[in-house]
Amino acid sequence: MRLRLPRLLLGLTCLLIAVWLVAPTLVVIPMSFADKKSLAFPPTGFSLQWYENFFTNPQWFGSLVTSAKVAVMVALVATVIGTMAAIGIERMKSRTGGLIRAVLITPMIVPGVVLAVGVYAVYLDTQLVGTWAGYVLAHTLLAIPFVVIAVGANLAVFDARLETAAASLGASRLKTFFTITLPLILPGILSGALFAFVTSFDEVIVSLFITSPQLKTLPVQIFSSMTRDADPTVAAVGSLIFMATSLIIGLGLIFGTRRRGA
Amino acid sequence: MTLASKGAAIDIRGVSKFYGNFTALDDVSLRVEPGEFMSFLGPSGSGKTTTLNLIAGFTDLSTGEIRLGERSIGHVPAHKRNIGVVFQHYALFPHMTVAANVAYPLKQRGMGKAERAQAVEASLRKVQLESFAHRYPSELSGGQQQRVALARAMVFNPSLLLMDEPLGALDKKLREVLQLEIKRIHRELGSTFVYVTHDQEEALVLSDRIAVFNKGRIEQVGTGHELYTAPQTLFVGQFIGESSVLRGPHRSAGDETALTLGGATLTVPGAAKGEGPQVILLRPEAATVQAPGTGPRDGRTNVVAGTVREMLYLGSAMKYEVALAGGGHVIARTATQESPFAIGSPVEVAWNPKDSTLLADDGSTAAL
Repeated sequence: MRLRLPRLLLGLTCLLIAVWLVAPTLVVIPMSFADKKSLAFPPTGFSLQWYENFFTNPQWFGSLVTSAKVAVMVALVATVIGTMAAIGIERMKSRTGGLIRAVLITPMIVPGVVLAVGVYAVYLDTQLVGTWAGYVLAHTLLAIPFVVIAVGANLAVFDARLETAAASLGASRLKTFFTITLPLILPGILSGALFAFVTSFDEVIVSLFITSPQLKTLPVQIFSSMTRDADPTVAAVGSLIFMATSLIIGLGLIFGTRRRGA
Repeated sequence: MTLASKGAAIDIRGVSKFYGNFTALDDVSLRVEPGEFMSFLGPSGSGKTTTLNLIAGFTDLSTGEIRLGERSIGHVPAHKRNIGVVFQHYALFPHMTVAANVAYPLKQRGMGKAERAQAVEASLRKVQLESFAHRYPSELSGGQQQRVALARAMVFNPSLLLMDEPLGALDKKLREVLQLEIKRIHRELGSTFVYVTHDQEEALVLSDRIAVFNKGRIEQVGTGHELYTAPQTLFVGQFIGESSVLRGPHRSAGDETALTLGGATLTVPGAAKGEGPQVILLRPEAATVQAPGTGPRDGRTNVVAGTVREMLYLGSAMKYEVALAGGGHVIARTATQESPFAIGSPVEVAWNPKDSTLLADDGSTAAL
C-alpha cells in the first residue's frame, strides 16, 4: 500500500502531462467538422464543408501548393549546402571550423522577428518581396543550421579511416565520397532534409514580412485568415497536417525499426 | 588486368617527416628487396607507422624520396600507388557485404563483373572465408574481419602489401593462427610485405628482415638472428629478446675490453664503442648459475658473485634472477636442475666472454 500511492501519483502526473501536450492538437480535429462558421469547442453540429472549402478555394489550396513547392526547394538547397558545410567543418578540426559552425547556426538563435526585419529591408531593395526566390532564399537561411547539426552529428560518428582505406584500394576522393562517405552519412542527410522541409513549411514570421497577395504560403494564409475572421477551414488544415505528419512519422518508425532489425 | 605482378622493391632515401617543430622521422633510408617480408619494429612513437603512412601515401613527405620498383611514388596520390594496405582496425566498409568489400578495389580498376566475381572468390578462398561472401562485416568476428581486410588488400595483386599492426586487436591464440596464415599468403603471393608491429616476437616469427625503429630513426636492419646475436645498439639488444645489462668502468686493450663490476673484472671481445660509458649485454641462456667458490670453468672466465632473488620453474628450463654483489642483476636461464638454488642463497654467475656483447651505453632501459 505504501508503495502503491506514489506509483499512482506518478502515473496520474504522466497522464496529465500527456493530455496537456496532446490536447491542443486534438481539439482542432472536432472543430474542423463544425457546421457553423465559428471556432467554438465543442462544435454544435457536423459537416465536411471546411474540408471542401480547403480543397476548392484557390486561396487555400494554392497556398498549400506554394508552401509545398517552396519547402521542397528549400530542402534541396539547404541539404546540399548544409551537408557540404558540415563536411568542411568536420575536416577543419581547428578553431576556424568551430567559428564557421557558430556563424552557420546563428539563424537558429537570432529572434525570428529581428531576422525578418533584416530580410525584409534587403528584399525591398532587391525586389525579392513576394517572389519564389525570396521565399527559398530566406527559408534556406533558416533551414541550413538544422542540416549542419544533423549531418555534423552523423559525421562525428563516421569513421574517417574508411576513407583512407578506400584511397588505398584505388578510389579517388570524389569516388570515395559517393561510395563510402555519402551512404554512411545518409541517415543524417535525410533527417537534415526533413528538418529543412519542415522548417520552411512551418515558417510564419519571415514569410509574413515578405509575402504578397499573389504568392502566399500556407502559414501566412492561416495567420491572415485567423486575424480576419473565425474560419474553421483553419481547423481542417490543422487536422490534415496533423494526420499527414503522424502518418509520415509512423511509417518512418516502422521502416526504421525494420531496417535496424535486419 | 595483369595478374601476379611479383613483389617490387622499396627504396626509401633520406626521408624525413616534420610536424611543425616535431620530427617524426629523421633522415631514414632503407631498402626492402622484392618479395621480402620486412617488419618495422619499435615502440609507439618510434616512426614505424609514419614510415608506413609515407609509403602508402596517407601522409606527405617532408623531404626525401620513395621508390616502388622503378617508380618514384613520393608525391603520387594514395589511390594511384597500387599498394595494398591492411589496418589494425580492419576498416571494412560496414554498408557492404564481404564480397562487395573485396570487389571494391576491382571496381575502381574497372574490372568486368564476371572476372570480378571470380577474383573475389579466389581471394576469399585464400583466407578461407568463401562461405561468408554475403555476410556483413558486423556479423563477423574480429579475426574473420581481418581476414576479409587481407583478402581485399590482395585481391588486386599489388606488388606491395603494407600491414599496420594487423593483429594488434586480436587475442594471443588467434594472433598466432593468423601469423601462420599471413606467412603462408606471403609465400603464395610473392609480393613484398611490410609489416608494422611493436611485438618483437611477432616480428621474429614473420620476417625475413627486421628494421628496428627508435625515436624517428632506424637503429638497425637485419635478420632476427643478426639482431639477437649481434645487436649494434643497446636499444636493439634490449628490444629484441631478453637480456641483462651490466654497467661499470671500462678499460680497452687491443681487441678486448674489461669492465669492472664490484670486485670482478669482466672481459668482453672488441674495443670500446665510442668515447662514452660501455655496457655488457648478456643473454639469459649464455649465463650459468653455480655454487659459490666454483670459479671459472669450461671457458666461462667471467664470474660474478650474487644472491638468488627470484627463481622460476619454466618446465623445460629454469630462470634465475641474481642480484649482483657489485650492483645490478643478471637473468640466467639454465636446464632444469634436480636441486635448484633457493631464493636468497649465495651463488656465482659465470659466462664465456664471447657469448656477451660490448655496446655503447645509450641510456635505454629494458622495453618491457
